[in-house]
Amino acid sequence: MKSGSNLEKILKAGHFAFTGELGPPRGTSAEEVRKKAAHLKGKVDAVNITDNQTAVVRMASWAACIILIQEGLEPNYQMVCRDRNRLAMQADILGAYAHGIRNMLCLSGDHCKFGDHPHAKGVFDIDSMQLIQMVKKMRDEGKFLSGSELEEPPKIFIGAAANPFADPFEWRVHRLAKKINAGVDFIQSQCIYNMEKFQEWIKQSNEMGLTEKVYILAGVTPMKSVGMAKYMKNNVPGMDVPDEIINRLKGVDKKKQGDEGIKIACEQIEQFKEMKGVSGVHLMAIEWEHKVPEITERAKVLPRPQVD
Amino acid sequence: MIVGKRKPFEEIKEMLKKYKKILNVGCGTCISVCLTGGEKEVKILNAELEMARKLEENPIELGASCVERQCDREFLAELDPIVEDYEAILSMACGVGIQFLAERFPEKPVLPAVDTSGLAVNQDVGWYEERCRSCSSCVLAWTGGICPVTLCAKGLYNGPCGGTDKGSCEIDKDQPCAWYMIYERLAGQKRLDCITNIQAPNEWEDQVPRTLLHHGYKKRNHSDKN
Repeated sequence: MKSGSNLEKILKAGHFAFTGELGPPRGTSAEEVRKKAAHLKGKVDAVNITDNQTAVVRMASWAACIILIQEGLEPNYQMVCRDRNRLAMQADILGAYAHGIRNMLCLSGDHCKFGDHPHAKGVFDIDSMQLIQMVKKMRDEGKFLSGSELEEPPKIFIGAAANPFADPFEWRVHRLAKKINAGVDFIQSQCIYNMEKFQEWIKQSNEMGLTEKVYILAGVTPMKSVGMAKYMKNNVPGMDVPDEIINRLKGVDKKKQGDEGIKIACEQIEQFKEMKGVSGVHLMAIEWEHKVPEITERAKVLPRPQVD
Repeated sequence: MIVGKRKPFEEIKEMLKKYKKILNVGCGTCISVCLTGGEKEVKILNAELEMARKLEENPIELGASCVERQCDREFLAELDPIVEDYEAILSMACGVGIQFLAERFPEKPVLPAVDTSGLAVNQDVGWYEERCRSCSSCVLAWTGGICPVTLCAKGLYNGPCGGTDKGSCEIDKDQPCAWYMIYERLAGQKRLDCITNIQAPNEWEDQVPRTLLHHGYKKRNHSDKN
């Protein structure tokens, strides 16, 4: 075991993993985190806590992670390279581990331009690839990036993202290989709507033997409405939303669009369960945490397995 | 070359409001080539300032000069005899020139008329694009001659990120993705192996003021200003 986290145990035991996501509040309310967490408890194996997502200031990811641990859930601590340099990152990793955080997701981060402080200085002292390497070095060699020794290394299960839908498509599988070489243990993909393209990427990953070296969790975000689908298609960078998804949502009554979105998500999850090279699903129910019990029920992923 | 943009007129006017006699100094090299602070631009700015101050019934006397390079001591020496006649100096050079001018005349307020925007190429008349951040550790050998430090909005050494959209950067559809371009160029040259290995974190050399002293040269004392 690299970390002994619940997520690692579930994946190692060969179960189909199911992770969720929670966005911390734009304020100091621990209660809000607890409320959102209550919807996810017992329904997912670990919960990603976003780090100033879309470059908008929120409660620190590590802080919300600690609240989650208090509530009996396992967090997956997201860390972006945009907001801190290598000193701050390593310090936060040590502190996070000291508080019981065992999973991390290493990301570049959305550009500041998208957020509430568009002219903030983006740090990017290191990038997501180098962040993966750094965490691995801390964990496996007991050394900081500088090479100096650290006491009681943080045993972190290292995650990263992959977006098979961003250009150039031919390079995406090689980028995955690079992340594996950097030391990543699991991947959570960008939200998938174009199943054909995702299948092609997984096929390439299988052929290169990559899926034997890393656990891939397929990203799923249920559409709440046609408006959301159109927004994702036109405004979210690197998102591939085929017209058939939009048309399917359009085809139902406005009040039923959310239900149709969940139906599409559940159909996708069924396919992922059978897809070679896919080890689980990462459900990003954006500001829809209260729907997770229903989604997990309908996706037939309950009860969650217990592994000791 | 170094390019820059003239500061907004109102900002320049505000900086000068308490002075009655100003020397405006242009620079004949980069900043002149990019049509921002050469001889012609000095004259135009002076005319605008003169007119505006006259309308405000607070006339100003403006001298005009344009030295070959404000970043070179020998050219700044030309100003020695005339500077004394003025209350302050306005510089239309880049940030480098402005500072060297201020260093030469420490008793005079030296004010910037230009915002320096970077090291850029001349795409066409009046059109300049940044290409170098002078990071002191050039990676162009393995990035197909395209700088990710400058042209990738996140300065990634192991791109492209997940925000690449049909060859554009996530920040702007009109901004090409540096890593998409790097991939395309290296693929065309059959040199993709250049980016299959992970590039280690950069050891930033630009976190302190840098000095370049070539081998065989010495730091000479310039107390006589020449």
